[in-house]
Amino acid sequence: MVPSLPDVPIRVTVNGTVRHSTVEGRLTLADYLREDCRLTGTHLGCEHGVCGACTVLLDGDAVRSCLIFAVQADGAEVTTVEGIGGPDGALGVVQEAWRDCHGLQCGFCTPGFVVTVTAFLRDVPDPTDGQIRDALSGNICRCTGYQGILKAVHQAAGHAVSGPGQP
Amino acid sequence: MSATTGAGTTRYAGARINRVEDARLLSGRGTYVDDISRPGMVHACFVRSPVAHARILSIDVTAAADHPGVVAVYTGTELNAGVHAQWHSSVGPAGPETPRPPLAEEKVRFVGDPVALVVALNRRLAEDAAELVEVEYDELPPVVDYETAESNPILVHEAHGSNLIGSMAGVASEQMADAFAGAAHVVSETIRQQAYVPVPMEGRGLVVDYSPASGEMTIYSATQSPHEVRLFCSRLLDLPEHRIRVVMRDTGGGFGQKIMVQRDEMCIMLAGLLLGVPVKWVEDRQENLLAAGQSRHEHAAVRMAFDSGGRIEAAQIDFVSDCGAYPTPWPVGTAAVVGSLFPGPYRVPRATFTAKAVYTNTVGRSAYRGPWQFETLAREVLLDIAARRLDMDPMELRRRNLLRRDELPYTNANGMPYDRISPMETFEQALEMLDYEAFRAEQARLRTEGRYIGVGLSNYVEPSSPGFGYYATEAATIRIEPSGKVNVYIAGGSTGNSIETTVVQLAADALGARIEDVATIQGDTAVTGFGAGAAGSRSGSMTAGAIRETSAILRARLAAIAAHKLEAAVEDIELADSRAHVRGAPAVSVSLGELAEVAYFDPFSLPPGIPAGLEASARYTSDTRFVWVNATHLCTCEVDVETGGVTILRYIVSEDCGPMINPNVVEGQIAGGVVQGIGGVLLEHLAYDEAGNPMATTFMDYLLPIATDVPIIEYGHVETPSGGPGGYKGVGEGGAIGAPPAVVNAVADALSPFGVDITRLPLGPAQVLGLLGVD
Ligand code: FES
Ligand code: FES
Repeated sequence: MVPSLPDVPIRVTVNGTVRHSTVEGRLTLADYLREDCRLTGTHLGCEHGVCGACTVLLDGDAVRSCLIFAVQADGAEVTTVEGIGGPDGALGVVQEAWRDCHGLQCGFCTPGFVVTVTAFLRDVPDPTDGQIRDALSGNICRCTGYQGILKAVHQAAGHAVSGPGQP
Repeated sequence: MSATTGAGTTRYAGARINRVEDARLLSGRGTYVDDISRPGMVHACFVRSPVAHARILSIDVTAAADHPGVVAVYTGTELNAGVHAQWHSSVGPAGPETPRPPLAEEKVRFVGDPVALVVALNRRLAEDAAELVEVEYDELPPVVDYETAESNPILVHEAHGSNLIGSMAGVASEQMADAFAGAAHVVSETIRQQAYVPVPMEGRGLVVDYSPASGEMTIYSATQSPHEVRLFCSRLLDLPEHRIRVVMRDTGGGFGQKIMVQRDEMCIMLAGLLLGVPVKWVEDRQENLLAAGQSRHEHAAVRMAFDSGGRIEAAQIDFVSDCGAYPTPWPVGTAAVVGSLFPGPYRVPRATFTAKAVYTNTVGRSAYRGPWQFETLAREVLLDIAARRLDMDPMELRRRNLLRRDELPYTNANGMPYDRISPMETFEQALEMLDYEAFRAEQARLRTEGRYIGVGLSNYVEPSSPGFGYYATEAATIRIEPSGKVNVYIAGGSTGNSIETTVVQLAADALGARIEDVATIQGDTAVTGFGAGAAGSRSGSMTAGAIRETSAILRARLAAIAAHKLEAAVEDIELADSRAHVRGAPAVSVSLGELAEVAYFDPFSLPPGIPAGLEASARYTSDTRFVWVNATHLCTCEVDVETGGVTILRYIVSEDCGPMINPNVVEGQIAGGVVQGIGGVLLEHLAYDEAGNPMATTFMDYLLPIATDVPIIEYGHVETPSGGPGGYKGVGEGGAIGAPPAVVNAVADALSPFGVDITRLPLGPAQVLGLLGVD
């Protein structure tokens, strides 16, 4: 049994809103976002750092929120999938591409991919196919066979993409 | 732009329409079960057996019950007493099911077997307290090797009297003896497949919210079949069905694993009733890999007799499947389907089978996309082995035996009545897409450089959309609301199958409505009619039937009201673009909204005999037992004989799913299944050690395909309409059926210079090197 640690006050900017909270020391950032902030777009597919469903931006870096404690985000800025599109509900470029290319089926892995790719294309705006595959290799999707996902990243990067299904 | 008429001519069906599910899912606004929060909700955590087979001597829950935040700790004694009945609707009350105590009683039968349930104020507290439950076990020798389980004196379920769950068979094997004795060639092998599993990215889970005051229960569930969850729960708890409401908005994948209620879910239903406050359980990944079920673990002795020209004269399969300790449902029927489908889309004059299912001390078998897919694996791998032994080209061997259209309908030797399929056409199309001759030339050239590429193919024919019993009907309610906007209520529920988009496309066409005027409400038993859910590749065909039946009623009413209002003949009314037009006078029209206004708010202006309102419900009943689908999968790969690594080069699927409702969705379903099949051959293994300990309970050990592993999948389409609604066929499962043998055959073909046959899976680098005699 994990000995209980004292509760800790934290200040985190989540999707632009400053939040003051007091959290258990062992609370993960993922659970903080899902339970305390009620931002349930961040999903948990493994809770051991492999599937990438829980990916969020922490001061701009894509991180696995299941492997980080909420207290480690004290003073930081966090962006979740809910903060990727416009406040009016408009989808961002990556999200649009995912929809156009049928990059999602059940949608459970999707927030992690959208956040990962948003950071990736910011850093590597014109990636090769190999770079794209490497960038996606920390996220697991069980539904799509990655076909629509690969196409979506190319589209979001501004590459010419033929119709779904065509290589 | 619109060709829609009163008869509902195709307009949206067939088009690559963007999905209506996507906006919410892409922006983090989906509602999966773990996103549900109810006032006063408490959280459950299971205590699971760490051993494969043992008697439970004692369970001490004192320390756990005293732990801060703990609401209740249950063992089988308390919880199981609440069980009234537990049978699945597709099996029925008299089915020979394995007794399934929600929590283990007396014995644990696999690692992960639920022994106690801790409920606490949050999940972390429940997990802490679960560690304080002390269980004393008296270990028994486990039955782990399913191949010897039948003769093992140790019994998984003593009361059953045997580890053989059951068996079924075709004609007696002795009656086939002459076919094999007199044949020019007989090719026999034993082919084995390892356990691999659906692994939806979201685990199983549910929230049970029971109100003792009103006697009402609401269940939020990760499920492929909300109505079955309700029926099952109603029988389990002896609550009237109409007092239970099951809601699922978004389910994070199922692939068969979330069709049926299992023991863990029963526990939460029982605890919810006892506690009278909302109880949540969402399994973590380890639980999913430990306890959600196994699949694919099976083998068979297979043999085929050929004449001197390579024509198949007889086929036989003797199949055994590992069903673990608590299979859900009764697994013998599925085992028999492996036997009856073994001849596949080939001309096989004589065939028979035996099919057995056995218990072991491992996690119970549950459904996985194409649960009978072993028939295709065994047949197609055997055909390639036969081609090598007969020194024939494997494609030529198939060409000589594939059914041609002019032979249909064709009842296979085990009684399966194929019709409206095109196996020869998909086969030739796939080979042409590859340019088979060019590939062989390239293969020969590369071999001279010491590089090994190979090509593998598989053909299958699969029964989709079962048209019997529990699965045979589907209902829709359509409401054209007073504003003219349309809502379609159908059992459905998003599990990744795009069923919301499908329904909206089909209903828009059927009513001549603009697609943006149509919405759908699904996955809520309170407002949708009974439907069996997403299983058996049935959603497309069955919902098309339900929408066809229901919209016919509304179209007739719309036409009558419009004719009355526009002073035209009913036969001259056409519905398109959310308006009713008079044929030949397009300017004379009235909108759906105006028609709805009359129907709801001006009922005395309605034509005689037309009821007020624009709502209708109808139920479609399938008119065929099965909707047959066929496809050809073709894979090329390169094998690195130094490392044992396999790289897939091209992957081609030519399928005949009839007309496509949405090609994006069809291709997406195929791609998902194919990559699951590729993973099953090259990466995934739900392994157990000899003591029955699971070796793969995290994603570090259970390896799933990632983006760097997959080829670009190329699609070919042949279109033979089914006899069902719209000519549609089911396409959900086929990808996972066709892929494994195509990959195995490609690897075997690449390694053919080494004289190896592949009869055992998986094919990781170590196994490939093993085939090459390298350790
Ligand atoms: S949930 Fe964090 S990586 Fe899987
Ligand atoms: S869309 Fe279902 S896991 Fe990726």
